[in-house]
Amino acid sequence: MVQIIHQFPTVFNALNVGFLQTLKLFLVTLAGAIPLGLIISFGSKSKFKPLSALVKTVVWIIRGSPLMIQLLIIYYMPGLVFDNNIWGGGEQGRFIASCVAFIINYACYFSEIFRGGIQSIPVGQYEAGQVLGMTKGQTFFRVVLLQVVKNIVPPMSNEIITLVKDTSLARIISMQEIIWAGQAFMKGSHGISGAIWPLFFTAVYYLAFSGILTVAFGKLEKKLSYFHE
Amino acid sequence: MAILEVRDLHKSFGKNHVLKGISFDLEKGQVMSVIGSSGSGKTTLLRCINFLETADSGKITVAGDVLFDSDSKTKISEKERRNKQLKIGLVFQQFNLFPQYNVLDNVTLVPRLRAKERDDYKTNRKAIVEQIESEAKALLEKLGLSEKLENYPCELSGGQKQRVSIARALALKPEVLFFDEPTSALDPELTGEVLKVIRDLAKEKMTMVIVTHEMSFARDVSDYVIFMNNGTVLEQGTPEDVINNPKNERTKAFLMKVNG
Ligand SMILES: Nc1ncnc2c1ncn2[C@@H]1O[C@H](COP(=O)(O)OP(=O)(O)OP(=O)(O)O)[C@@H](O)[C@H]1O
Ligand SMILES: [Mg+2]
Repeated sequence: MVQIIHQFPTVFNALNVGFLQTLKLFLVTLAGAIPLGLIISFGSKSKFKPLSALVKTVVWIIRGSPLMIQLLIIYYMPGLVFDNNIWGGGEQGRFIASCVAFIINYACYFSEIFRGGIQSIPVGQYEAGQVLGMTKGQTFFRVVLLQVVKNIVPPMSNEIITLVKDTSLARIISMQEIIWAGQAFMKGSHGISGAIWPLFFTAVYYLAFSGILTVAFGKLEKKLSYFHE
Repeated sequence: MAILEVRDLHKSFGKNHVLKGISFDLEKGQVMSVIGSSGSGKTTLLRCINFLETADSGKITVAGDVLFDSDSKTKISEKERRNKQLKIGLVFQQFNLFPQYNVLDNVTLVPRLRAKERDDYKTNRKAIVEQIESEAKALLEKLGLSEKLENYPCELSGGQKQRVSIARALALKPEVLFFDEPTSALDPELTGEVLKVIRDLAKEKMTMVIVTHEMSFARDVSDYVIFMNNGTVLEQGTPEDVINNPKNERTKAFLMKVNG
């Protein structure tokens, strides 16, 4: 116990550095996967059959296989199979490869949520917009969008909280996120070795982060509860 | 000249020939009721006139402006379509109010959007918005909704919702207002308040086309009645002629059925 108190400042600093990397991966994934998810959801609804079939197949493959394998393939395939390691060796390369894998994976999950959210808007809303002489853009942004947002907040909050925990999968390609930082104290890091408590302690970060998100999404859901169909 | 002219309108869904040449004229300030059994094409007729469906052939003119003409080769642009759309209004059976806006905003949303296209909007903004709001409030007061300006659609009864949707359509000052069974989604005790609003509009000489199953209402309020059957107008004339003294056997059978 005394030892832990002794080690705490060093471990805390190192875990914060790792968590910063976790947080970066989380934010970049959201920033990339939300717009890409929208594009994919439009693609899967396309009237051009080959496109929608292609999009649906990709979504099926991505959602049907583990993110961990996708990470490994995206990170190692260029170097080991095509003899062209586009990612480079360092942490920077591992981070970018992780972002790519996470964005693609989460965009596919988000796209299904967006598709459901858009489909759930009654056609009467579009017809009312049209009959009142609104443009398609006005109907989408002034009438439909907020209703879609309201519909997708609960499933999106589930998915986003899952993303918080999923970021730890980047450990598999040794991206230096918080699990990696905690685990380092077992082998030896910053003059501490054989300590397993830092690894267990990383859970506190995940709990705090997902706790904050849960509260925030709860507030948003409440804020949008003033109306329903 | 009639304010609404419909000529030989045809519409099919696949093999289902739903409108088989509908023609009628409506004079300004008059009220026309459209009656007929389920599936006879009443909704399709209204939807074709309101651009929600595209007719296969025929011609529709409102106040001298051609809304649709299958003989004309020039395609109308989206912007033209929107401007033509504003000459007519449609009140839906299911209201289709915008749930995230309160009553006042449901009515002012489109007038405010259109005001932004005015040249003097930037300089006169405040006065324009105030004008729109006060007109909307006056309209809502007339329809008995001044207590509900701040309420959201989910907080209203069906009858109140339908009155808001009528106000929303009237705020755009259409030349002709169409109603598709405006009381069919309402509990029986709420139909009266909506029918009263429509009667009042008729007294003010609002030009209206009403699809309805309420025969006594159609008899009182309309100047003209058409009976549709299987995609054609089988009988038309004054309510006296069509509802009180129908000539056609099918009209008689239909009226027997709805009058119980
Ligand atoms: N979008 C559509 N696609 C295919 N068929 C349609 C469509 N809309 C209507 N129909 C068909 O057109 C016919 C006429 O329907 P419509 O809704 O115009 O009848 P209606 O007179 O309004 O009936 P009701 O009194 O039940 O409202 C029906 O056979 C219906 O199935
Ligand atoms: Mg109908």
